[in-house]
Amino acid sequence: MKWRSAYGAGPWHLVGLAACFAVAGYAATRVVGAGILIGFAVWFIGAVILHDLVLWPLYSVADGVLRRGVVRTRPPRRRPAVVNHVRVPVALSGLLLLVWFPLVLGRSEGNYRSAVGLSTSPYFARWLFVALALFVVSGVIYAVRWWAAGRSDH
Amino acid sequence: MTKQPFRSEGGTYLIRAHTGGAPAGPFLPGFWRSPLRGPWLTSVFGLVLLVGLIIVAVTGLLSYAAYQPRLPGNDTTPGKGLLGFYLFDWPTNPAWMYRITQGAHVILGLTLVPVLLAKLWSVIPKLFDWPPVRSPAQAMERASLVLLVGGAVFQFVTGILNIQLFYVFPFSFYPAHLYGAWIFLAALALHVALRLPKAIRAARSRSLRQELRTRLADTRPEPPDPDGLVAAEPAPPTMSRRGMLGFVGGGSALMFGLSVGQTLDGPLRRTALLAPHGRVYGPGPNDFQVNKTAAGLGVTAADAGDAWRLTVAGAKQVRLSRADLLAMPLHTYALPIACVEGWSTEQVWTGVRLADLALLAGIPPGAAELTARSLQRFGYFGQASFSVRQVADPRSLLALRVNGADLSLDHGFPARIIVPNAPGVHNTKWVRELAYRRESR
Repeated sequence: MKWRSAYGAGPWHLVGLAACFAVAGYAATRVVGAGILIGFAVWFIGAVILHDLVLWPLYSVADGVLRRGVVRTRPPRRRPAVVNHVRVPVALSGLLLLVWFPLVLGRSEGNYRSAVGLSTSPYFARWLFVALALFVVSGVIYAVRWWAAGRSDH
Repeated sequence: MTKQPFRSEGGTYLIRAHTGGAPAGPFLPGFWRSPLRGPWLTSVFGLVLLVGLIIVAVTGLLSYAAYQPRLPGNDTTPGKGLLGFYLFDWPTNPAWMYRITQGAHVILGLTLVPVLLAKLWSVIPKLFDWPPVRSPAQAMERASLVLLVGGAVFQFVTGILNIQLFYVFPFSFYPAHLYGAWIFLAALALHVALRLPKAIRAARSRSLRQELRTRLADTRPEPPDPDGLVAAEPAPPTMSRRGMLGFVGGGSALMFGLSVGQTLDGPLRRTALLAPHGRVYGPGPNDFQVNKTAAGLGVTAADAGDAWRLTVAGAKQVRLSRADLLAMPLHTYALPIACVEGWSTEQVWTGVRLADLALLAGIPPGAAELTARSLQRFGYFGQASFSVRQVADPRSLLALRVNGADLSLDHGFPARIIVPNAPGVHNTKWVRELAYRRESR
């Protein structure tokens, strides 16, 4: 009991942590051996910062703005809410851009052309096409729900 | 209409000071308003991610073994030390295995991006836990979470940038992605050991079938939990739990559907709208995916012209022209090229068996290892080494023709290697030398 109150968990907790840090520490020595420690560490810690302190705040604020913007155009009672029909296509096209921006925005054009023998230029139109399709599908589903909600009123 | 529903995360960062001793903003429990966050939702994302990441990790480690790093010149991470403990002689059967495992590694990784983002969203209040340290155990566990979150995002980001040939990272991809994987897996194993029982309990706390039938109007927050994932002052929901699952699952379906085509042949390949190597070149015999053009690696038509000779070295040495090779027994096999970047395609190759060329070099195929060297002037993988098993497989070819036509320059004319189940980059193009030797073991 003394151990638990001083440490905050059982002894196996510490054994597990020690094993985790031992393996991670050994892998870190291999990173040092490969001569890439600084760049690796910057990108590794940068990955945490990128997600927790850049990406998450950005999409949270964007979602808040979107919700307040959409709610101002609140539909009449008993009609379905608009919010998710904007939120989902915005988020999904944003996700595709987040993952594929080097192709969509032509950022890897030089390497890509030298390797593949083709240009990255079609990717922007493809992304735009998928994004538009997402908005159209979302809009059609909304129209159907609107119509169905109206029918169930009668 | 009250203002209450609109005071929500992202909308209100400046919350008035509180008396709890914590600074304002996300460090206050009242900041977190989502009515969907809770142990059940987190456990669903976590368990899906766990199954998916195990497959991604195993296929990734298999890919490392597929490079046969114990053969001369093949190891891209020569300092790996104990982290190469599991390596084994890579088989040539089934020929499509690497196509499946590496396709799964890349496509499943892409598919899991929305699940990873959702999982991190579901637990982000824990990042702002106050007080930040309650005990030595908790402090060390939080340090391990830096390895977990950093490792996950690092692995996904480096992999995703690498398959798009966007080499902005200040290190070679191979050591960074391999050692990053071991750091991530160490933290993941600990996280699973510490949290799996709790995750299973949480997953059982609600019925998935029931959740899939629950509409927005009937969506209620999960009961308060000791970890504080459930909001203390939840806002009214704007999305049901099934809506959330559909949202994340839809994101995964989209990632999958727009990239899986680059692992397929036939008309479905055109569905790979957002994948780097699902391109269509035309209808001809050589119109399939190129990865590394001749121009990109400094190989000219003159290098590969009539003056080209293949050096076959071993116990004795011979030099062969393309006509000499075409006069040897030719064999035709349908074999896939499967790239570490996740794309693959099966084509019909015609050429001379590597085993027959071993005999010309004076080494019996059952004892011959091989290093193939390319004309290429730049870039990695100007050579690749093959095991006895790979050389002896009757389908292992020095290919001269593909789909009934001469190889194009971009596909390796005058001659290229095709070895069943080998990673694509080992199928050396523009071969100038085949150096055979007796097995070193």
